[in-house]
Amino acid sequence: MTLDFSVVADAWKSLLFGALGTLFLAFSGMVIAMVVGVTGVVILRMQMRIPSLLVTLFVEIIRNTPFLVQIFFLFFALPLAGVRLNPTVTAILALGLNGGAYAIEIIRGGVESIPKGQTEAGLALGLHKHEVFRLIVLIPALRAIYPSLASQFILLTLTTAICTSISAYELTSVGQRIEAETFRSFEVYFTLTSIYLVISLVTMWLLAALGRWAFSYPQR
Amino acid sequence: MGIQELTYLLQGLLWTLFLTVIGFVGGILFGIVVAVLRVSPSPWLRIPMICWIGVFQGTPLLMQLFVAYFGLPLLGFNFPAWAAVSVALTAHASAFLGEIWRGAIQAVPSGQSEAANALGLPGWSRMVDVVMPQAFKLSLPATVGFLVQLLKGTSLAAIVGFIELTRAGTIVSNQIYKPLLVFGVVGALYCAMCWPLSLWGRRLEQRMAAGAAK
Amino acid sequence: MREIDVTRTHDSASRAFPKEAAPMIEMRQVEKFYGPFHALKGIDFSVTKGEKIVLCGPSGSGKSTLIRCINHLEPIASGEIVVAGHRLSDSQDAVDAVRREVGMVFQQFNLFPHKTVLENCILAPMRVRKLSRAEAEETARKYLERVRIGDQAAKYPAQLSGGQQQRVAIARALCMEPKAMLFDEPTSALDPEMVKEVLDTMVSLARDGMTMICVTHEMGFARQVADRVIFMADGEIVEENAPDAFFSNPRHERSRAFLGEILAHH
Repeated sequence: MTLDFSVVADAWKSLLFGALGTLFLAFSGMVIAMVVGVTGVVILRMQMRIPSLLVTLFVEIIRNTPFLVQIFFLFFALPLAGVRLNPTVTAILALGLNGGAYAIEIIRGGVESIPKGQTEAGLALGLHKHEVFRLIVLIPALRAIYPSLASQFILLTLTTAICTSISAYELTSVGQRIEAETFRSFEVYFTLTSIYLVISLVTMWLLAALGRWAFSYPQR
Repeated sequence: MGIQELTYLLQGLLWTLFLTVIGFVGGILFGIVVAVLRVSPSPWLRIPMICWIGVFQGTPLLMQLFVAYFGLPLLGFNFPAWAAVSVALTAHASAFLGEIWRGAIQAVPSGQSEAANALGLPGWSRMVDVVMPQAFKLSLPATVGFLVQLLKGTSLAAIVGFIELTRAGTIVSNQIYKPLLVFGVVGALYCAMCWPLSLWGRRLEQRMAAGAAK
Repeated sequence: MREIDVTRTHDSASRAFPKEAAPMIEMRQVEKFYGPFHALKGIDFSVTKGEKIVLCGPSGSGKSTLIRCINHLEPIASGEIVVAGHRLSDSQDAVDAVRREVGMVFQQFNLFPHKTVLENCILAPMRVRKLSRAEAEETARKYLERVRIGDQAAKYPAQLSGGQQQRVAIARALCMEPKAMLFDEPTSALDPEMVKEVLDTMVSLARDGMTMICVTHEMGFARQVADRVIFMADGEIVEENAPDAFFSNPRHERSRAFLGEILAHH
């Protein structure tokens, strides 16, 4: 058994761009996920029967099927619906919808975790509803859900690897191309794994630092 | 989609269940070890477990499958594909379950250990008779939640080339050119397995929240 | 003040206010439902300027609901509420006008955890009364001083004791310079040793002539400052009496039973 990492080292440039692709996928996916999440929670809070049911159905379907099946479905469904997107954009959309279902649950929990008394105190002081939300509810709610959103972001980053199945541009598909050229499967995947580990450790650390900076008021 | 294709999908489904069971059972066995070592007072036991958990939680499951699939033969094991996948899933599950149970063990109020010590119970009895049963109950919702994750995770074996439910779906879809129908059915089959588990997990969680509120 | 003392021992039906004292808060035939549950049944009462009312009654009797209707935290089904000349309705303008006149103190303090004590106090004056930051801070410091907590202005709520938090909540409400104050069980969530500091603050507020409605079971406080005690049960005002008369010789059977319960615990 001989391991030869030199062929992988030679490809460092492609790997670097692949890693950037992964970060781009994760970040864009998370942005869409947040939009989906906030929209979903707003719909649920309107308490209308049919729209709420649809949101719940969406959440349950996404949470109870593998991402791989979701991305395949989207990959084949979009062209049939007349939407032609390149694989990377399709992947971002799939990541956004998947992450969005989890974001709905997280955000709903966060808003519900703020005691009703906070809103009432704001109203009693004469503030309007939108001011109460913006000035009083928003920051504690964000703080309450920040750790969950941060780990959701890490999870989404790791999920991007699956996007190789539709040949989206990201680290794993770059790695698979190197593997196909060099036949050094183990070396390639070991390197990829290490890069993912570094990405998630650094991201975790950055997100924790960001959280400490943004929500520095003392806990109750 | 005829009866033949459906049978093929159901065969894949059996493999999905098989992988899930192996991963889960293996994960439980090794996960207990991970959890117990993780809460050990000795850093020589604790730190390797922190790393073990960190590596599996910080890398994609897909990479873990690939590394096991290509790495195990290099170590001289001549495993069939399902065994390599099972090893990866087991290791993956041991890290996640270990971390879930670590949290649960530490969530048992310290007064319980103190009471056990005050009664003169030996260390193992304190763990087995007092702490673990309570931790088990606390961890149940998260454990069920992870079971759903694991079941969905077995779909990644498809990318390694192993024919379970998702891979069977891809093959059937390529044969009959009806990807939406096929992946719709595949999704529905996953839902049929995962949804009851999710509901059960949520019910456990609610019951626990209600119990905590009392 | 003595004149009112004479009249207030009578039943609400025969109650007569001196002509010159316009009611600060007036409720007429107020009805309130939660689904099928009839929470307030034909509530009729009024509070003159400078009066201190203690509302008591068993839990679920509607006393908290009643004061929460006054500043429209709970909308009413029918009836009329007039606060400092503003007739309350569901329109935002009417609600705004009323909320500007009455301050409220809650059982759970409800300070905003992400804002310092000072920021808690200047938020509404700046947003609602449109004061400049300097003006708002000046007012805030005055009232924080008044509740004897001026030195804690830069701290966050989580760094204060419960009693201190409740005093900040009182100061925060006072910063809006309200004409009346509503207290919803202000000492119920406090550790026993902190009850006194909050009650002392409320007593001093009462001495300065603030119009107050307090939902509380602190009978010592009721005896000391209340002009009237109102006893509620099942969404109705059962008895309205002077504190001395209420405690020594309650007219209604339910009041007697309630006082028996309360006094047994003290």
